[in-house]
Amino acid sequence: MPVSLLWAVDVYGRVYSLSTAGQQWEQCHDTQMEFKRVTAAQQCCWGIACDNNIYLNVHASDLPIRYQEETYENQRWNPVDGFSERLLPSDRWQWSDVTGLQHQPMDSFQLPSHSWEWEGDWYADENFEGEPTEKGGWSYAIDFPATYTKDKKWNSCVRRRRWLRYRRYKAMDTWAKIPSQQSSLPDPFSDISCGGWEINEEPRGRLSLWAVSLQGKVWFREGIYHHNPEGCLWEEVPLPGEVVQISCGPGDLVWAVLWEGQLIVREGVGRDCPKGTSWTVVDSPSPGVGAIHVAVGNNVVWALTKDNKVWFRRGVNSHNPCGSGWLNMVGQMIMVNVGLNDQVFAISCEDRAVYFRQGVTSSELSGKTWKAITVPRDRDRSHSSASTNSLQSAGCYFCGEVRTQSVVSDVESDTDKVSTDGASCLVTFTSPESFADAPADLSDQPDETPKPRIPKVTSDSFISELVSDRGPGRAAAGSAAPAVLEEETCISAEGEVKDPCAGVALSPSQSGGPLDPQWSNVDLEEAQAQTGAVLDTAETSSLSSVATYTLAIEDQYVVDEHPLWAWVSGGGCSVDSHSQLSWFNCSLNTSSLIQSVQSMSLSVTPAQTAAWRKQIFEQLSERTKREIDNFRHFEQAIEQSVWVKKGTMQWWRDWKPHKWIDVHFALEQFSGPEGNKDGILFIYYNFCEEKKYLHAFVNEVTILVPVLSDSKHTFAIYTPERTKQRWPIRLAAATELEMHDWLALLSMSCCDSRGIHGPPSKQAIWSITCKGDIFVSEPSPSLEAMPYPTPCDQMFWRQVGGHLRMVECNSVGIVWGIGYDHTAWVYTGGYGGGFFQGLASSTDNIYTQSDVKSVYIYENQRWNPVTGYTNRGLPTDRYMWSDASGLQECSKTNTKPPSPQWTWVSDWAIDYSVSGGTDREGWQYAADFPASYHGYKTMKDFVRRRRWARKCKLTTTGPWQEIPPIPLSDVTILPCGAQSNVDAVPLWAISNKGDVLCRLGVTTLTPAGSSWLHVGTDQPFKSISIGAASQVWAIAKDGSAFYRGSVSSQSPAGDSWYHIPSPSKQKLKQVSVGRTSLYAVDENGNLWYRQGQTPRYPQGSSWEHISNNVRKVSVGPLDQVWIIADKVQGSHSLSCGTVCHRLGVQPMEPKGQSWDYGIGGGWDHITVRGNSIEPPRVHLCPQTDPSVSRSPLPVRNTEFDSNAVES
Amino acid sequence: MADDKDVLRDVWFGRIPTCFTLNQDEVTEREAEPYYLLLPRVSYLTLVTDKVKKHFLKVMKAEDVEEMWFEYEGTPLKWHYPIGVLFDLHASNTVLPWSITVHFKNFPDRDLLHCPSSSIVEAHFMSSIKEADALKHKSQVVNDMQKKDHKQLWMGLQNDKFDQFWAMNRKLMEYSTEDGGFRYIPFRIYQTMSDRPFIQKLFRPVSPDGNVHTLGDLLKEMDPTALPNDGEPKRYQVVIHGIEPLLETPLQWLSEHLSHPDNFLHICIIPTPTD
Repeated sequence: MPVSLLWAVDVYGRVYSLSTAGQQWEQCHDTQMEFKRVTAAQQCCWGIACDNNIYLNVHASDLPIRYQEETYENQRWNPVDGFSERLLPSDRWQWSDVTGLQHQPMDSFQLPSHSWEWEGDWYADENFEGEPTEKGGWSYAIDFPATYTKDKKWNSCVRRRRWLRYRRYKAMDTWAKIPSQQSSLPDPFSDISCGGWEINEEPRGRLSLWAVSLQGKVWFREGIYHHNPEGCLWEEVPLPGEVVQISCGPGDLVWAVLWEGQLIVREGVGRDCPKGTSWTVVDSPSPGVGAIHVAVGNNVVWALTKDNKVWFRRGVNSHNPCGSGWLNMVGQMIMVNVGLNDQVFAISCEDRAVYFRQGVTSSELSGKTWKAITVPRDRDRSHSSASTNSLQSAGCYFCGEVRTQSVVSDVESDTDKVSTDGASCLVTFTSPESFADAPADLSDQPDETPKPRIPKVTSDSFISELVSDRGPGRAAAGSAAPAVLEEETCISAEGEVKDPCAGVALSPSQSGGPLDPQWSNVDLEEAQAQTGAVLDTAETSSLSSVATYTLAIEDQYVVDEHPLWAWVSGGGCSVDSHSQLSWFNCSLNTSSLIQSVQSMSLSVTPAQTAAWRKQIFEQLSERTKREIDNFRHFEQAIEQSVWVKKGTMQWWRDWKPHKWIDVHFALEQFSGPEGNKDGILFIYYNFCEEKKYLHAFVNEVTILVPVLSDSKHTFAIYTPERTKQRWPIRLAAATELEMHDWLALLSMSCCDSRGIHGPPSKQAIWSITCKGDIFVSEPSPSLEAMPYPTPCDQMFWRQVGGHLRMVECNSVGIVWGIGYDHTAWVYTGGYGGGFFQGLASSTDNIYTQSDVKSVYIYENQRWNPVTGYTNRGLPTDRYMWSDASGLQECSKTNTKPPSPQWTWVSDWAIDYSVSGGTDREGWQYAADFPASYHGYKTMKDFVRRRRWARKCKLTTTGPWQEIPPIPLSDVTILPCGAQSNVDAVPLWAISNKGDVLCRLGVTTLTPAGSSWLHVGTDQPFKSISIGAASQVWAIAKDGSAFYRGSVSSQSPAGDSWYHIPSPSKQKLKQVSVGRTSLYAVDENGNLWYRQGQTPRYPQGSSWEHISNNVRKVSVGPLDQVWIIADKVQGSHSLSCGTVCHRLGVQPMEPKGQSWDYGIGGGWDHITVRGNSIEPPRVHLCPQTDPSVSRSPLPVRNTEFDSNAVES
Repeated sequence: MADDKDVLRDVWFGRIPTCFTLNQDEVTEREAEPYYLLLPRVSYLTLVTDKVKKHFLKVMKAEDVEEMWFEYEGTPLKWHYPIGVLFDLHASNTVLPWSITVHFKNFPDRDLLHCPSSSIVEAHFMSSIKEADALKHKSQVVNDMQKKDHKQLWMGLQNDKFDQFWAMNRKLMEYSTEDGGFRYIPFRIYQTMSDRPFIQKLFRPVSPDGNVHTLGDLLKEMDPTALPNDGEPKRYQVVIHGIEPLLETPLQWLSEHLSHPDNFLHICIIPTPTD
């Protein structure tokens, strides 16, 4: 479960967040402003501060927000000057946008706000359409506007080049004011709500932000998306009345409350119109009592009436945003908020506590009960802001590059300022640097923030912060501090009871009413400072100084023992009814706090590294050597008897017609001659009234594979023989439980017979099936032997729990995986999980893992002259609802999740992200089925289709722990020799948006590393690989390759990218670098070897074609080459997605000679980058066998090309 | 990284290479060859010596055979102690294989219990398990088990089926995380230098103030002489399953991982060899 935050504001205007992994509210320390309301999304939080301005807090990420500005420099040739900036009067401007219509000189580019900074200066883009250009990046044409080429020709009269400059959003993890550039901007805002991120994924990170002004007008913020988190302008939305409050869900629901107590619902909100078109009025739930508050989610609406009753709206969905009727719910609340997954948070009328609605599921949206969140606030528990800061960073996983300015440093800088300009310190303190816009703001609007009593307040809060943070001694060190400060600190040191200064600060008028109705900056500041001080001291005895002057008012603040909340926002809080939250029944005890911190660290627990534990392991293995190893020839005292387990199953019979027949299944286990366990599988069946059986020796079974099926619980058993045939024994159990029982038992029996126990070794070869199952194989030393390696159909694979799309490892045991939902996972060193129970699974290191993927179906239509496009096709046509091939009927109702382990988590939705593009309704057009589709309609198009997607989720367990928060699409780890002891292991990754990332702090003890370092690129990347000599290669989205220069342990991110053109007319898609060899796969399945790489010229010279029909390649630390081949023919069947091993690879012959075929089909991924076991050296003449084909697909199989089998 | 599961496996599959020789006083028809066997450390002598008996009976007359018993260097071996305990207590630090003398006469009634059949061993084993569970869970777990579950534990031991045994024994090793361990740790401390057979008292895995008790804490309470004094050479070895765990090893972990199948933690305190 990714860690996410619940945001809340207390009645004093202090902003807090609560992590889903945490057990306490963390105060937002960088804000000195009080807030009225906040509204959160996962990536950011918006708020209205007491100055009525809107502030944005973008959560820090290792991925910076960068925006690429571009402008074009245009030149024309003339006989005198050659190419020059002198253009014809009819020409475009000398500096323009890409179309030439917009005048764009470099100095016209301004930073949009103070929250941005330039990353560097302008530079000319040297690449043109994926190819490097001649000097200067110029492209040439006959005239503007025309087709540009990179080559200068005789008739090139004009040329242009692109200049680039990046700007970066810098105000991360801090509240930055949204500049109100419009003078038309109205009266102050009173309410705000963000949402809408599920309406449209383009542009990335798009948000809808709705705001209500004091006069009751509604405004919509245009242009918020990832690269422009602040949005660009406010647009007023016409209304049928005056609005008091508004709520926007993650999807298309937007509701608001009118002054008169009715509710209004926004209609027409959709992908093309996130703002919606019109309002519909819905009556208040209670006839006599008007509504006062509303909160919407994906499919739910909750409302409050003026008598604080809670109402749930029935029948709300995107087709019927108004719903059908109200239900009165238990409880009296003053506000309610709907977070992600339609989970509900509320603040109770009675005690002002935050409540979480328990039991909200997609089938029971109204939930079951309210449960109070009882965690303390950070100030209640701990006095050290420094420690809370570190906690916060741990909780948020903003490791490494935490931008939050710690209070300690604030204080330090403030101390300096205090010492220099005495009384004016108040301003300095209320606006530390991290609060980006506050200084300007305060000076701009002095009238809004009257500060008659500020000196007292400031010194007070300042001192309490200072004392609690640094201790008296440290504070006294600022010797030049003003008198007030000095007095304070002296007294602190002496621990005196009486303090004149503090007495002044706590005049009755201030300490009296914390609930001052007027939202004024200064009053609230005071209350906060005092409360903070009291709480600090109430629980500490060491800080006697502060305790002395707060003793007098202590009891007045007892009421604050549980916080009083004013506002809560769950829009960024990813919980569901199954989440394990430690928010309830939490006591003020530090050990649980420590625990919560520990549980977040991915490294090994102390118990596992403890000396006593190590000692026991070592001594036990010594004991084995001493007492057993020399006496293995002795007879065993207890003879092992035969043990049989029987059952019934169905078997996919070997002969035609193939069908499922009922069989009896038995596993006989006994002790082998050397004391190891062994067994035989029997399948008893009837053939022509005759009883027959089929058997397999357990020690010959190479793998047990669960097979994807929506109707049967099936699995396949392979032996080397059956792998050659491409025809496994296929069995189906009656229930999922039964299948898992058998798989666990058979798997254990197979492992026993081969003497394999415990976790996979560091050298293990990992692979993934197209179903997402993870398999691991222990390489034998002769696997890479020359000239007679172990045939790879004899490799034994065992399953490891979990679900992944890809996995990468290296030989020091660091293993990373990426799920279908792009979540990054790190291997914990355990084994088992999933259906492996008890002894087949390790006790530690097994965690819950979930994955989400989409199921796609197609809606097909044919055009006819009368009615246009309809769902009435020709009799010969495909099903009107089908799979991608059109062969299988797939309607919305009959399509099931891929297997019973998966459950639907969303509704069917049109998928617009189809290659080739779509029109506004998601349709793609073609002349006929099946054909190539395009995203616009032409006269020749008679058919169209569109893709529908529905998300499903799987939850399982395995030895994996999540590495939030950046989703990845590729990862690579430096392959090193088994003995090498590298401190930090280089690990590179590509985010799912194409950013290149370098992981810092990866070691064998902390395989998860600590933080990401972003490596800038000019275009998105899709594949990356690092070789043993730190040579980093990557593939860009345009299919060309890049080499990263100067990567070393001193400079883990290298310095610059070198562009390497792809093989002609091919777009590369994946790359793998071993010790020295580099292989790449293109989109047409060709495997390429990079020729001419030398230590002095690591880029190499050319691509050499090795093979076709290749899906993926993995090159290991011995330069061994393994691939997933698309099609391999066996004696009984053809398999797609097969593991193949390159034979004959030698130092002088890195390209090898032929392929050896291993397990498959249905394999999707393999990594051999952990296997650094040097094969035993045998010197023989290299064997050449001309009869072995160079390609995984022998020539005779070309007949299969036309009907590619989906595996 | 090794897993705790491997410890269970190592403990279970511990073997002591043993050479059985017939007592020279026994009347034989021809000379008896010694018999070599790998004895499971966690089992009982009378349970695993059918082969030994068969071997020596071949050279003896039926009328000369009484109940078989074993002796090591003059000490009769108590069959109701686990084999590993007998070895650690009497024969650790000696040359392997362990040489045991087999007797068929003069059963030492004062030192040994009679064991006419394996059902006696079963009764002894099951009563140990029940006693241990009484200490650990107030007998709740063992009483919740069915007859066949008890049988599974016994059959697992008898047939050396690790998986079969642990599938059931797992339940006996469970405890709630709130408690932080068993109620009391079932342990027995054996000393060669003492007249008492063994020490067995009530001892909790966690101290009243919440600290985890270690092996050292236990010994300090039960047998302080076994602990090394500062500056002095170590006088005693604290041996469990033929190894010497560090004194800071948590007792609860030891109880879960290094207990014998009878669910007791058998700790041997033996003098440090002087050589």
